[in-house]
Amino acid sequence: MPILGADMTAGTLVAWRKQPGDAVKRGDIIAEVETDKGLIDVEVFVSGVLEKILVAPGATVPTGAVLAVIREEGEAPGVAPPAAVPAAPPARLRISPTAKRLAEELGVDPATVRGTGPDGAITREDVERAAARPAVAPPAAPLAEADRMARMRQTIGAAMARSKREIPHYYLATTIDMHRAMAWLAEANLRRPVTERLLYGVLLLKAVALALREVPELNAVWRGGQVVRSEAVHLGVALSLRGGGLVAPALHDADRQSLGDLMRSFRDLVQRARTGGLRSSELSDPTITVTSLGDQGVDSVFGIVYPPQVAIVGFGRVAERPWSVDGTIVSRPVVTATLAADHRVSDGHRGSRFLAAVDRLLHEPARL
Amino acid sequence: MTRDEVRATVLRVLGDIAPEADLASLKPDVALREQLDLDSMDVLNFVVGLHAALGVEIPEADYPKFATLDGGVEYLTGRHAADARR
Repeated sequence: MPILGADMTAGTLVAWRKQPGDAVKRGDIIAEVETDKGLIDVEVFVSGVLEKILVAPGATVPTGAVLAVIREEGEAPGVAPPAAVPAAPPARLRISPTAKRLAEELGVDPATVRGTGPDGAITREDVERAAARPAVAPPAAPLAEADRMARMRQTIGAAMARSKREIPHYYLATTIDMHRAMAWLAEANLRRPVTERLLYGVLLLKAVALALREVPELNAVWRGGQVVRSEAVHLGVALSLRGGGLVAPALHDADRQSLGDLMRSFRDLVQRARTGGLRSSELSDPTITVTSLGDQGVDSVFGIVYPPQVAIVGFGRVAERPWSVDGTIVSRPVVTATLAADHRVSDGHRGSRFLAAVDRLLHEPARL
Repeated sequence: MTRDEVRATVLRVLGDIAPEADLASLKPDVALREQLDLDSMDVLNFVVGLHAALGVEIPEADYPKFATLDGGVEYLTGRHAADARR
């Protein structure tokens, strides 16, 4: 059962899309799971043959549990160690003696607890949290909408509380003159058919993706107590859902997509976030998040870093404001870009370099 | 296409974008974005949906003209008639 976002502890297997004996290749959708983010398509990470299904539809299992066994290409049947789908559970449970004793007292199975200590060790706090959580019952039917909303709020709350508790945030903001970007966009959209039209948000996303190449330490995730920089830029895009709540699935390789491709990927992602069908990789592998609350009419938004990421970029609305150019006040469309980042990983100096790069890139929209 | 038919089409497209909305209680002269909490992606999908349903290509510069339901129906009825004459 993949971890589809910080503080997800369990998921319900809804349906298998492949059957034992079927050939599967990396990226194929093998199953659907129900989480508080809706129905998610689970992708496989290895190519081979689906040998055995271990979890039946309707069952709720903790994250990390093995769902099925895939025989990888070139492996003899039944000989190789089973490949987990999609991630192997930890080989050995790391738990401190006091946490173990507490788990026994509270009747918590340590195997179902996600550790947040060093190397994923289970701490007393983790056990307490697990004990406070209602026991996972196997819901046969998909969750009612109200239940899902309540669970989503709980999950968001848990992830954000963890972030505020553990991550020493610093915050930066800068105001960017968007007149070149907006003029270029209006011109480009005149030539584009309505289905290919770009939103200015895509320019912001591409500028962030490219700026990360200059300050790569912001494009990273914590893994087992270490910060791991990511070569690939998988931009998590915070999307509000109709009726409340939000998800932040990844736009994969955003730095390497043309604006047209990025727009298509973005539309598709928003569509699937709102109607179901997000893929497991989109929820599990964002390397940084971008949140844009411009449509709500605010000038700026300071995000809360989404663990295990180390930075979040925020954009307010693009609004006409007085702006000084060569000693003259003119009216210009401007946007406030913000950065909230993990001080254990970067500092304000590097953060400023990043926002300056975003600013510079948005002044040359044709090169985005 | 009559005004009423255009209105029905606009409401159908809006219903796809905001399935939870009670379109019957929509105020015809108040901004749609406000009433239906539409973001820029919703607006784009609205325009794409209208293009698919009516064959009318709406330039970005004309977006403000269909900010409200009445404004949109007016604009689209005019555009549709103009395109039909061509």
